[in-house]
Amino acid sequence: MASITLEHVEKVYPNGHVAVRDLNLAIRHGELLALVGPSGSGKSTVLRLIAGLERPTAGRILIDDDDITAVPPERRDLAMVFQSYALYPHKTVGENLAFGLSVRRVAAAEIRDRVQQAAVTLGIEPLLDRKPAQLSGGQRQRVALGRAIVREPRAFLLDEPLSNLDPLLRVETRTELALLHRRLGATMVHVTHDQEEAMTLGARVAVMREGRLEQVGTPLEIFQRPANVFVATFLGSPAMNVWRCNCTRRGAVTRVACAGLAFDLEGTRNPQLDQEAVLVGVRPHDISLASPGDADAVGRVEVIEPLGATTVIHVRIDRASSRAVRIVVPADRALAVDDEVAIRIRRDRVYLFDERTGMAITPP
Amino acid sequence: MKVRRMLPALGVATVLAALMFPLYWMVISSFTPDARLFAAPTLVPRALVLDHYRALFGGREFWTPIRNSLIVAGATTGLSVGLGALCAYALARLQFRGKTVTLAFVLAVSMFPQISIVSPLYLLLRELGLINTYPGLVLPYLTFAMPLTIWLLVGFFRQLPAELEEAALMDGAGRLRSLWEIMLPLAWPGLATTAILTFLYCWNEFLFALSFTLGPERYTVPVAIALFRGQYQVPWGEILAAAVVATAPVAAIVLVAQRRIVAGLTAGAVKG
Repeated sequence: MASITLEHVEKVYPNGHVAVRDLNLAIRHGELLALVGPSGSGKSTVLRLIAGLERPTAGRILIDDDDITAVPPERRDLAMVFQSYALYPHKTVGENLAFGLSVRRVAAAEIRDRVQQAAVTLGIEPLLDRKPAQLSGGQRQRVALGRAIVREPRAFLLDEPLSNLDPLLRVETRTELALLHRRLGATMVHVTHDQEEAMTLGARVAVMREGRLEQVGTPLEIFQRPANVFVATFLGSPAMNVWRCNCTRRGAVTRVACAGLAFDLEGTRNPQLDQEAVLVGVRPHDISLASPGDADAVGRVEVIEPLGATTVIHVRIDRASSRAVRIVVPADRALAVDDEVAIRIRRDRVYLFDERTGMAITPP
Repeated sequence: MKVRRMLPALGVATVLAALMFPLYWMVISSFTPDARLFAAPTLVPRALVLDHYRALFGGREFWTPIRNSLIVAGATTGLSVGLGALCAYALARLQFRGKTVTLAFVLAVSMFPQISIVSPLYLLLRELGLINTYPGLVLPYLTFAMPLTIWLLVGFFRQLPAELEEAALMDGAGRLRSLWEIMLPLAWPGLATTAILTFLYCWNEFLFALSFTLGPERYTVPVAIALFRGQYQVPWGEILAAAVVATAPVAAIVLVAQRRIVAGLTAGAVKG
């Protein structure tokens, strides 16, 4: 097992496209780091850079303390699970698992043992003699995983390994992956575009956008203290509501106001603001229905999305504004489209971001 | 209505008949005794004899040119597919400067009219002492076979998913190992197609074989057939029998592998 360090890594393609810019990231020994971001954010490129399948145009990559920037992929001793699984179609499952070992000239008897052991671990023992074409998606995914673990590599690189599974199987496999990580104690980098997958799997989560690392931290750190508006809206489902509001100073407290909605920042983490305008973010879970007396705003229900345990409603506060406010309410709350509702925002969960840079405004 | 539906079938039948007739005539004539060859021709032969074949393998020792052709075509095919696979893999998958230019150049080489390079090649081979030897034919054949092989195989290799190879690299296999164990087995249909086409090309080649061989011990099949004609007579029966013998393996290969050849020729043109 190993730690992986990226120092000022940059990847510019010959056509001028900048896939990764000045990226610094330290993946700790034995850690499962989830690398998450929308498509095109450069997260897969980062994984391929670590794997050695791409060469960085600047910067260094270290495994433990060895600079491996110029080491070809076959000598980095890392294992990768591809999104398409990339199983060798002409080899049986057993041969697929054994390939990495036979390349390394491991003795035949040991190969047999280790393949057997990996197959048992993943429950693919009965499939060893089959060809990949005869397997279901879930089985292929396990074989791909098996091919990685049988080698006992220094670290695992997982490129959206769950994205080709159906939702039920995905959640199941996610849990198994977490268990597998705990059992192996291996360093893993898990690339995904699914924020939920990243939050549930990663000991730490690294959020990327447009080739830049936006924030790294534990899932809760990132969820509770997002560094900027992008991270705040990307993580969490349903996504955070963000409004652009004007600020007015009223003595010790600042009041924010935007279409149909106005409240004092008293009780929030930054009661005093000097900006003229600010981005106000509130997660749907932190807005509740209230009696008209202590409401922050009143609006009409526009869309109702029952999720089972809870229901997401979209409330249009001001007819002129194009955006509706997303609110999570208990499922037993009887509501109908066009009902008038009053809402209240939890003051201690209000996030403020700089109107121009989008960076979080932290308490002084 | 019925006539309109029959028309295409009729057209196809006509074209097919036109194409097949020479072949049919060749086979029939090769079994017809000399005396009847120039008598009033009939579509259905009245007597079939093996005279010409006996003369071919008895008197003329036609086995020698067959052996020569097999050796030359076989060696060319083996070398060209073996070397071509390596070249094609490099051109399809590795990143290096001048890749496109190289590929264009390879194609350009095969564009020279054969006749224009016969004389220089002859001088070259004479200097090397390779006239009337097997290498003296295999080497010139490679100049035409290799571009064909490379172009066909580049298409095949490009078609294979890059991730498979990356997976092999991650598994610790070097380029050659992953080529040998992963790419080549998957490119097998392409290799077979290429080998068949190269073999057919060499089997049928005439100009180089005629120019670079000096005696019957090195004549290939097409040359041997062409040189059957004596000063005073043309042994048509034997020529046609030899033509049948020369055509048979080609026809057999094409019939067995036709689906593969078509798949190979159109590979890479469209995905899926």
